[in-house]
Amino acid sequence: MEEKKKLWKHIKAWVDGEEVILDADKYIITRSKKVKKDWRRQFSVETIKGNTKLYGFLSVAISALFIGIMLSVVNDLPEFGNPSNPVDNEVMERYLESGIEETGAVNFVAGMILDYRAFDTFAEANVLFLAVMSVVLLLKKDKQNYSEKEERENREDDFFDENEKRPILKIGGKILAPLIILYGIYVVLNGHLSPGGGFSGGTIIGAGLILYASAYGQKKMQTFFTFRTFTLICVGGLLTYCACKSYSFFTGANHVGFEIPKGIPGNILSAGFILPLNICVGLIVACTMYGFYALFTKGDI
Amino acid sequence: MNHLGTNFYEAVSVILFGIGFMNLLLQNNLIKKFIGLNIMDTAVYLFLAAKGYVMGRVAPVLTDGIIDAYYYINPIPAGLVLTGIVVSVSVTAFSLALVQRLYKHYGTLNMDEIMRISREEEGE
Amino acid sequence: MSEVIQIILLVFLVACALAVSLTKNLFVAVIVFMGYSSIMAVIWLFLESPDLAITEAAVGAGVDSILFFLTLKKVHYLKGTREG
Repeated sequence: MEEKKKLWKHIKAWVDGEEVILDADKYIITRSKKVKKDWRRQFSVETIKGNTKLYGFLSVAISALFIGIMLSVVNDLPEFGNPSNPVDNEVMERYLESGIEETGAVNFVAGMILDYRAFDTFAEANVLFLAVMSVVLLLKKDKQNYSEKEERENREDDFFDENEKRPILKIGGKILAPLIILYGIYVVLNGHLSPGGGFSGGTIIGAGLILYASAYGQKKMQTFFTFRTFTLICVGGLLTYCACKSYSFFTGANHVGFEIPKGIPGNILSAGFILPLNICVGLIVACTMYGFYALFTKGDI
Repeated sequence: MNHLGTNFYEAVSVILFGIGFMNLLLQNNLIKKFIGLNIMDTAVYLFLAAKGYVMGRVAPVLTDGIIDAYYYINPIPAGLVLTGIVVSVSVTAFSLALVQRLYKHYGTLNMDEIMRISREEEGE
Repeated sequence: MSEVIQIILLVFLVACALAVSLTKNLFVAVIVFMGYSSIMAVIWLFLESPDLAITEAAVGAGVDSILFFLTLKKVHYLKGTREG
């Protein structure tokens, strides 16, 4: 009480401009610190978590409440699979009826994500590139991220890769990896004709590369896929995508004046820029998937 | 309005979202937390794809040269989910990389242990 | 008939999600999550989206679980590889 009065007096004097108080800060800081500490101890997550039973009960109750509320919402939603639902509106009719004339792609989904909404997809490819760059920052071996123990483990793993027989993995990898990669290339190249496209085919190629690398070790992989090829393919793919898609911005986003031949729908060389864009996306996705694997195992591509 | 019997896809996706959320809250282990996050992802994709489905229509790839909006299902949710699945992988990879760095520093995967050790380090 | 199969698959999805939350073993959790993704790929086919089925099969059962297994190996959880 005494201190409070003193503090009030000091503050009043300071507001009036009578004198400069040097130790006023001290009071305020000590007070606020004390209050903050108390508040933290009473309401922080750790105290609730310390009481394990209460925390478990609360989290189950919150989730059950959420499920109950959402189920009652689902109860009022329009019927599943009904053709007269409000989702089936004029946007979808436009995509389905004039999609083939305007984009030339037989697969409507590819025509949608790589022609009408290509700018969106460009951002998605950038997100992938950003993710792999963050993983490189976190896991790549350098002066800060280096330990003697890990280096020894890596050397043991290399020795194991070279000298262990493991016939099922090696023969299976030899037979399956080329087939998987070939199928991935097929899916990428036929993205505008059949289900698939850059994203699906890219992940399949990446899975094939991962199978090969896990069967024969990363040293063999580095004979044709190094960090330099990785950056070149990723950045080259993104830049090619950007240059290809700039045409609609140069022509006023309306395809006027600079018409790309659409070809006959159903041919492999048709649908304008969708085929090169699919190849770019496929390359970026495949490199990203293999890059994750390589960085997770050895900390180097 | 009583459509809970016919809307079973939406109902299941909501239940899966709740289970994933519970996983995120209850588990102390970081890897199980991220599996819960992945389950939440797939639940949202299931909901979107179920909204785009129309009974008795076929996949949005031109078949037999029929150009008719009442012959194919809605292609918009498929396009949205396709990119979403690949982005969710990159999110998973990034979070697992963070988990590895945390393990290297603290030597444990338990969230409470990590919080305790970090508070001790901060206090000293 | 088709509806019955779909409902069985959806029930299996919920069972997998519950098993992931209830099991104590991380290895089992990742394997069950792999099965969950494969069933999800079949469900995309029932919803007439083959694009999503291809992607989910390659991503969920392939790349995602490989990343989880590599993390488990790095944190010395798997028995038989190396004792931490």
